[in-house]
Amino acid sequence: MKIIVPIKQVPETSAVRMDEATGTIVREGAKAIVNPLDLYAIETALMIKEAQGARVTALTMGPPSAINALKEAVAMGCDDALLLTDKRFAGADTWSTSYVLACAIRKLGIPDLVICGERATDGDTGQVGPGVAGWLGLPVLSYIAGVELPEGGRMRVRRMVEDGYEVLETPLPALLTVVKEVANPRLPTLRGKQRAKKLEIPVWKPEDIDAEVVNLGLKGSPTRVVKIHRPKVGRACEKLPAGDAAALDAASRKLAAVIVGTGVL
Amino acid sequence: MDGYAGVWILAEQKDGRIQRISHELLTRGRALADKRGAPLTAVVLGWRVAQPDLDDLIARGADRVLLVDDERLAHFLPDSFAACLGHLIRTERPEIIIAGATSTGRTLMPLVAVQVGAGLTADCTILDIEEGSGHLLQTRPAIGGNILATINCPDHRPQMATVRPRSTPVALPAAGRKGEIVRTGAVAEALESRVVRISFEETGEENELGEADVVVAVGRGIKRAENLKLVQPLVQALGAALGASRDVIDRGWLSYPHQIGLSGKTVNPKLYIALGISGAIQHLAGMQTAETIIAVNSDPDAQIFKVADYGVVGDLFEVVPALAQQLQRMGGR
Ligand SMILES: Cc1cc2nc3c(=O)[nH]c(=O)nc-3n(C[C@H](O)[C@H](O)[C@H](O)COP(=O)(O)OP(=O)(O)OC[C@H]3O[C@@H](n4cnc5c(N)ncnc54)[C@H](O)[C@@H]3O)c2cc1C
Ligand SMILES: Nc1ncnc2c1ncn2[C@@H]1O[C@H](COP(=O)(O)O)[C@@H](O)[C@H]1O
Repeated sequence: MKIIVPIKQVPETSAVRMDEATGTIVREGAKAIVNPLDLYAIETALMIKEAQGARVTALTMGPPSAINALKEAVAMGCDDALLLTDKRFAGADTWSTSYVLACAIRKLGIPDLVICGERATDGDTGQVGPGVAGWLGLPVLSYIAGVELPEGGRMRVRRMVEDGYEVLETPLPALLTVVKEVANPRLPTLRGKQRAKKLEIPVWKPEDIDAEVVNLGLKGSPTRVVKIHRPKVGRACEKLPAGDAAALDAASRKLAAVIVGTGVL
Repeated sequence: MDGYAGVWILAEQKDGRIQRISHELLTRGRALADKRGAPLTAVVLGWRVAQPDLDDLIARGADRVLLVDDERLAHFLPDSFAACLGHLIRTERPEIIIAGATSTGRTLMPLVAVQVGAGLTADCTILDIEEGSGHLLQTRPAIGGNILATINCPDHRPQMATVRPRSTPVALPAAGRKGEIVRTGAVAEALESRVVRISFEETGEENELGEADVVVAVGRGIKRAENLKLVQPLVQALGAALGASRDVIDRGWLSYPHQIGLSGKTVNPKLYIALGISGAIQHLAGMQTAETIIAVNSDPDAQIFKVADYGVVGDLFEVVPALAQQLQRMGGR
């Protein structure tokens, strides 16, 4: 069995700072990490690998430094990794990103499973997974909260929707996007880290994946960011002390009045 | 761009009943259609969809309902829904298509966008038409709600977007509004799905969070699982859904569907009450667009107060019962 896990390197959100003057994000100094939600995709792949054997490949498109995300995936137990990096990839939206990942997956050979995270914490779209499935013509199973082991070329999954869980069955190959509930990501092991350090990770360019250059990067992306602005920062919080009985009583009266005012009762 | 006209919304149905998100999309769609001087179409993919619900879509603003009614569309399955929607797009060439940023819309729209070569923006909270160019302007929060990005899609049609549920009021029905209901067949192969739906487990309560008008959320300040019952009277008095910070979930005090924030759910209720939550940026990412935010925290410098409208600096174990009592006295639920 072969499994490919597309992962993304993202800035650590708790470290994201805003430039107060320009309203833009200060990326310098923000630590780059593996998209936290992709750890669940890696873990799902590793669980299947442990139970019935699989070759797990981590794949990312990003700047040269994204190799660190791949190393972490290898340290967790992925067998190998592939980095897609090139100036022409830069500035891709989800349409173009999913195109590039799909080209690379085709070149690697369609695996039995592609497992994505639910969404990346920076772009926060969740569109890349289904997009890749669209390009490759694979069945897509999104918001997967539980998996059964593949058997006889088929697989059962639990899909989390607004009011419950669907149990779905799909033929393989297929593409999953997984949510946090699916598994508990393991930590990288010492041995894994040593392997990751030594492993030669191939770096591919558009030519290596037979990608049409018109579909790449900012130029190949249908969407354009025309404006970035900061939403109203915070709110004018009216503080209500509740230190003694009288203050507590006043505070709860005030809150009750506010609640009535919202019209929810 | 030539040859593309009309605004579409993707209505959602469950067990043949049109869902609330569809009525929110009608509010959005109507405004866009009016600005473009174009008709508004509600696309319904389903099975045995209730006739009054279809008529209601027209009463609430659709000029046309485009219905594909087939047993194989009873439940959302990506293959068949994408093939049907893709087929309709290719034959009718709409200019704009919007869907809910729901488990259905967020799966279906990227699949279709790739198939028809269209741009797609996720989880928009503001939609507008650009003066002059007539392009759809799609605004969405990014980076955990720290910025708002406005996106357009100048050279591709249709222009596609998913819209955050609860980010707009529902369109209200107007008596006597006229429109047509068009039942259209789909090409047979468009109805086939490789994925089969075996069963469904309803969870009701815990997953209602995303839909709730009032959310009461607890953080580590609640101190232990048993203390959750102290919050119940308040939850009941408000008819609220119960949410939590990640700390509470990680400690196993509540299950994952209750988690609000970056790696949990995004909620957008009328009223959000945060109890013993510090207000980490990852938590704020999931709730800061709530209409009114009340926070109770014993630490006067807690970050949560920065996004709150009202902040009680005090012990939640005192404030919560006092507030619940006050509400009951006022004849709440
Ligand atoms: C990648 C990533 C993703 C994350 N995703 C999420 C997410 O989706 N959702 C999420 O919530 N977090 C998320 N987190 C975690 C987040 O950073 C915080 O750790 C978490 O939100 C803190 O939870 P808390 O506010 O309940 O706990 P704490 O930060 O410990 O805060 C407890 C608060 O309770 C107050 N308190 C204590 N006792 C009382 C009392 N008796 N009365 C009143 N107040 C009291 C304290 O003053 C304190 O402010 C994520 C973190 C990372 C790194
Ligand atoms: N540049 C990328 N390289 C590899 N995988 C990606 C990339 N961007 C997104 N993904 C995958 O697609 C998922 C959804 O990302 P997004 O649509 O950007 O929210 C992520 O969790 C990853 O699994």
